[in-house]
Amino acid sequence: MTEVRVRTEPAPATPVPAGTLADRTRALAAEAPATHRRSPWPGRVRSVLKHAGLIALAVAMIYPLIWLLVSSIKPTEIIFRDLSLIPAQTDFTNYTEGWNALGRPFGHYLMNSAIIVLGSLVGNLLACSMAAYAFARLEFRGRKLWFAIMLMSIMLPIHVIIVPQYILFSQVGWINTFWPLIVPKLLATDAFFVFLMVQFFRGIPRELDEAARLDGCGHGRIYARIMMPLALPALATTAIFTFIWTWNDFFSQLIFLTKPDMHTAPVALRTFLDSTGQSSWGPMFAMSIVSIIPVFLAFLFGQKYLVKGIATTGIK
Amino acid sequence: MSVVSELRRTARSGPSRAPGRAPLRRGDGRAAAVFLAPWFAGLLLVTVGPMVASAYLSFTDYSLLSTPEWIGLDNFARMLEDTRLHNSLRVTFTYVLVGVPLQLVAALGLALLLDRGMRGLPFYRSVFYLPSLLGGSVAIAILWRQVFGVEGLVNAFLAFFNVPGRGWVSDPDTALWTLVLLHVWTFGAPMIIFLAGLRQIPTMYYEAASIDGAGRVRQFLHITLPLLTPIVFFNLVLQVIGAFQSFTQAFVVSGGTGGPADSTMFYTLYLYQRGFTAFDMGYASAMAWLLVLIVAALTAINFFASKFWVFYDD
Repeated sequence: MTEVRVRTEPAPATPVPAGTLADRTRALAAEAPATHRRSPWPGRVRSVLKHAGLIALAVAMIYPLIWLLVSSIKPTEIIFRDLSLIPAQTDFTNYTEGWNALGRPFGHYLMNSAIIVLGSLVGNLLACSMAAYAFARLEFRGRKLWFAIMLMSIMLPIHVIIVPQYILFSQVGWINTFWPLIVPKLLATDAFFVFLMVQFFRGIPRELDEAARLDGCGHGRIYARIMMPLALPALATTAIFTFIWTWNDFFSQLIFLTKPDMHTAPVALRTFLDSTGQSSWGPMFAMSIVSIIPVFLAFLFGQKYLVKGIATTGIK
Repeated sequence: MSVVSELRRTARSGPSRAPGRAPLRRGDGRAAAVFLAPWFAGLLLVTVGPMVASAYLSFTDYSLLSTPEWIGLDNFARMLEDTRLHNSLRVTFTYVLVGVPLQLVAALGLALLLDRGMRGLPFYRSVFYLPSLLGGSVAIAILWRQVFGVEGLVNAFLAFFNVPGRGWVSDPDTALWTLVLLHVWTFGAPMIIFLAGLRQIPTMYYEAASIDGAGRVRQFLHITLPLLTPIVFFNLVLQVIGAFQSFTQAFVVSGGTGGPADSTMFYTLYLYQRGFTAFDMGYASAMAWLLVLIVAALTAINFFASKFWVFYDD
């Protein structure tokens, strides 16, 4: 689904006055009785009102986020008495206090998250693109059946497999290691990305790999030298979504990482809330901000791909 | 394009190979085995294997310490009498049945307001989309807990107008609704899908309609909405599946308890408690299968009902 759309203008059968169909429509609408007019206001006024409404709504939408950011630099005592977004007093001690509030500096938990994200990135990019290449380009027995199974696995709730997975991983001694969170990604279990890349590969002209095949390239080289470079947008989308999902993931990290030493940023944040309760909102907000900065940056740099990816497959 | 439409197509055409297709290319089979090896291993070891194990465990009593003890249908019989489970189902269904439609209405409404070629469109799109990226995070759940707390932002705001506040997240009557609101707040993702869908509707339909004198409301009801039904359906299926599995928000806002008075005890939260704090693994597995059945049934109902309201142009 591309943003750019060619306007399909039917060729008029009889010569008509200059102007596009839309112009003539507007002219007709202007002549039409009042009930048929689109709006009683001139376009300019309507547009200004609409933007005013949208901006008000946009501000309301991100007000909690801005408030979180501003509160993180306010002394805790005034967070609740001060609704304004411009703090009367700024205080960055929340950040130093929050950073050191848990057993280890918060950077330790950020690093744990980063390791899991990095492993997941490598896994998803490699394993999902390999599977996608097979589904998009190779003829093999039962392809449609396996493809249907892959599609259905996208909708499977994780809860039905998490209990046996926990038992399995605890038997091989992987609880409180990063393996349970990385190994499945190396095995292309995020089928959403397989699907996304299949869709993308299908759009790459077949002539390219047919030609490479005639030149004597095997599938390994076609995949590595032709498909992968051409699939960069799909790989970028996968990378950004993997990053954000894995960073935000809480459920499986909560289950597989129980030792404080192994906690990731979200799990650490949660223990923070449990251990300090309502008493230290300031430092907690500061660390909340720290924990969402990577997601925010991924959003900022990957916007183009995020919007495309979500429009075509509905992932978020 | 989408998973849902792809599934629909696959379901229609069936998994069998279409006749008259090009014969299998030699060597492709072996290459496919190599390229699919990781995925296939994952399917067996991480998905299907655990599913079989989970199916077996659902008929056992297992606490992780002893060997699983076969108890037949006892876990399922226990579900019939487990009032906390019934409550968690009620809570979850309320969340899904109220939260998802509200979220989709908000998403569609905003998508309609954001015309193509409008000034500042990328800005609005980003601002409205951002919450759906962060909405499932612990940080936002913590923020929500404060905003709707006794000393929170909402109460401070109400006090400004001399309206008495309350502990929104600590009151069983309102706690769930704060989570519904959080869900609605994340309408950005479906909004972007709606925007993409709106782009697909040819402008000439609208031009023709305005020549015929149709106003905005009639254009919406007779052109936009019918042509958009596949997208509405797609969003509905995905959001129902997703919302039914919500966990983080309820877990963090309630401090892991599902309280106050089990009012935010989402089904997945109760499953987590049974499995991973009480180590009642057999029962948790049975619960997981009920979840699969419910999600599958809701999806099937959606697909079935779609015959009556989803309009396909092709």
